[in-house]
Amino acid sequence: MCSQPNSIATGVKYMTKMTGKEMVVEALKQEGVDVIFGFPGGAIIDVYDTLEKDGTIKHVLVRHEQGAAHAADGYARASGKVGVCIATSGPGATNTVTGIATAYMDSIPMVIFTGQVPTALIGNDAFQEVDIVGITRPCTKHNYLVKDVNDLPRVLKEAFYVARSGRPGPVLIDLPKDVQNGRAEFDYPQDIKLRSYNPVIEPHGKQVERAYRLIEKAKRPVIYAGGGIIISNADTELRALAKAMHIPVTMTLMGLGGFPGSHELSLGMLGMHGTYCANMAMANSDVIIAVGARFDDRVTGKIEAFAPLAKIIHVDIDPTSIQKNVKVDVPIVGDCKRILKKLLDIVKDVGRPDEAWIDQHKAWLQQLDTWKKRHPLTYKMEPGVIKPQNVIERLYEMTKGRAIITTEVGQNQMWTAQFYKFDNPRTLLTSGGLGTMGYGFPAAIGAQMAFPDKLVVDVAGDGSIQMNIQEMATAMEQRLPVKIVILNNQFLGMVRQWQELFYNRCYASTEFEMTPDFVKLAEAYGAKGFRATRPEEIDDVLSKGLEAEGLAIMEFAIAREEGVFPMVPAGKATTEMLLV
Amino acid sequence: MKHTLSVLVENTPGALSRITGLFSGRAFNIESLNVAATLDPTLSHLTLVTRGDEHIIEQIIKQLRRLIDVLKVVDVSEGEFVEREMSLIKVRAEEEYRAEILRISDIFRCKIVDVSPKSYTLEVTGPESKLKAVIELLRPIGIKEITRTGNIAMMREKKTI
Repeated sequence: MCSQPNSIATGVKYMTKMTGKEMVVEALKQEGVDVIFGFPGGAIIDVYDTLEKDGTIKHVLVRHEQGAAHAADGYARASGKVGVCIATSGPGATNTVTGIATAYMDSIPMVIFTGQVPTALIGNDAFQEVDIVGITRPCTKHNYLVKDVNDLPRVLKEAFYVARSGRPGPVLIDLPKDVQNGRAEFDYPQDIKLRSYNPVIEPHGKQVERAYRLIEKAKRPVIYAGGGIIISNADTELRALAKAMHIPVTMTLMGLGGFPGSHELSLGMLGMHGTYCANMAMANSDVIIAVGARFDDRVTGKIEAFAPLAKIIHVDIDPTSIQKNVKVDVPIVGDCKRILKKLLDIVKDVGRPDEAWIDQHKAWLQQLDTWKKRHPLTYKMEPGVIKPQNVIERLYEMTKGRAIITTEVGQNQMWTAQFYKFDNPRTLLTSGGLGTMGYGFPAAIGAQMAFPDKLVVDVAGDGSIQMNIQEMATAMEQRLPVKIVILNNQFLGMVRQWQELFYNRCYASTEFEMTPDFVKLAEAYGAKGFRATRPEEIDDVLSKGLEAEGLAIMEFAIAREEGVFPMVPAGKATTEMLLV
Repeated sequence: MKHTLSVLVENTPGALSRITGLFSGRAFNIESLNVAATLDPTLSHLTLVTRGDEHIIEQIIKQLRRLIDVLKVVDVSEGEFVEREMSLIKVRAEEEYRAEILRISDIFRCKIVDVSPKSYTLEVTGPESKLKAVIELLRPIGIKEITRTGNIAMMREKKTI
């Protein structure tokens, strides 16, 4: 590194004058940030200079700022810590926007630093000036334009606190060049209290009791678990509760891994591409216990026909999620983990014998079993043709379900959600809310930085992998052994599927007449590339790719017009499923 | 239904834009909006008149509360409250109309705040219904320009935001 760090020892509190750029680096250290993702430029060069001279924080140089934002997001989802990325003003800042919006929709804690032109030039249409605070206002949890270096210590502390507390989300800090170089006292606050921001963590005891009384009488209960389970690390409590009361669990895309997919009480994913059993369970349930989920349109289908028989208990940390899309009978605002714990305490206190619960739900569990058997997740094998579902199944078996899987968006994402059984939280990283193609690969880079020794696999389509393919260079440079599975049908498969089903097979702009040779592409970057064109090659390519040292692409030429089923057509009731 | 919301918000740049952005981004209506600093200059009091069914109003209030800069949101129209609006109305005031304008002004306890050979400017304060009545009476004479503050409101008796 260039020179000795100019830093204050952690834990020792004394006032010292510091520049804004030094404050940024010091705050990162005090917040326990060990790696950040970014791309430099003229308006952020000063912070980069300090980062380099200080030398304690690992910086991953990406090839496009969108990659930096997704990588920070992947790092945050995999580790549970705040992900940090950094970009310059103007185009650097706007390139992060898709990544920020992706994190915002899925409630991922992130802090984004952007450079800005000097305060004196703001509003002058200066070179590489953009109002990034204005642009990101609707897709950040909060954002700051720091105009005075004296405010910076407080803003830095607040940003990390706001990002990780309550319902987490991305927070952006815009740093004008003169603020980066200005000097002020640096007294990093250890605690912070905001008069206007006090998320409710502890639930209302009476509401939890009301919920219990409803569950106690339920004949056909189902737990509908969302991403909140994973964010609040409530998977242990969820498992204990489901087991104690013998209640089946269905998960949203964001909730996968929050409850073991291979557990006998798991119904799998629900919604548009959910299992037959999960959607039937919701439609016939008398009490739905929604935990950390937000009744998204992809889950409810036609809202008037959603869960017509059920009383709904809704547990969520964000009051705006409650009563937004459906009427709720027992709302409980607070942290999922604490609420489930409280509910579990009541179950223990009441002390109903195990048999009483089993007895009460016996008929229901039998009914669910019948549905499971009637239409399990399945696909038709065809001789000589690789079925994508088969690739995912084999990937699951060969990785023993222990990999961290990221996905892109579209068919690759849904097949992964259906056929890889996620048993542990933070093992599926996927853009659920925004549905961002190009998310998976940079997110895998972030996850691999968080867990250098774990196997990280991005499941991609030939369309979405090309949206951030430039990050191959980043992965190579960092020597990251990320594995990429490309399910290549030379189509934008999900849109093609809609065109097939609802647009009379008019394949408008969904067929790729040209796709690169992914094996050669891998080689061009210095990575390994393998291709399978026949079913009997699946295992060989998977094992070669997974065992290869370093970055590897495994390309599978799949059945071109394979669809994702079951499918609930948009706007239809979730019981109106198109099956295989 | 019409609702009047009182919102206490940090008096910082961008705070108002977060609120108006929330309304446009989520397709809520704003009928009128008034904002000024409170006794504590670090806080602003904002009065916002909006329309929507119970469900929409609940979402508006929750979404406002979710903003980091917002301290408090109260639907003052849920209980007893007073509301006032002020308007400045510039009206044609040639010789033949002056007496009539003064009469209207007197009846509604308006103030004439500016006089020129050809126009009078009236200051009217009151509930929206009163403003409407004055406007209707002055309209035939010829209103040249009008500006309104939008409602400000306050809960009655001991209650404060």
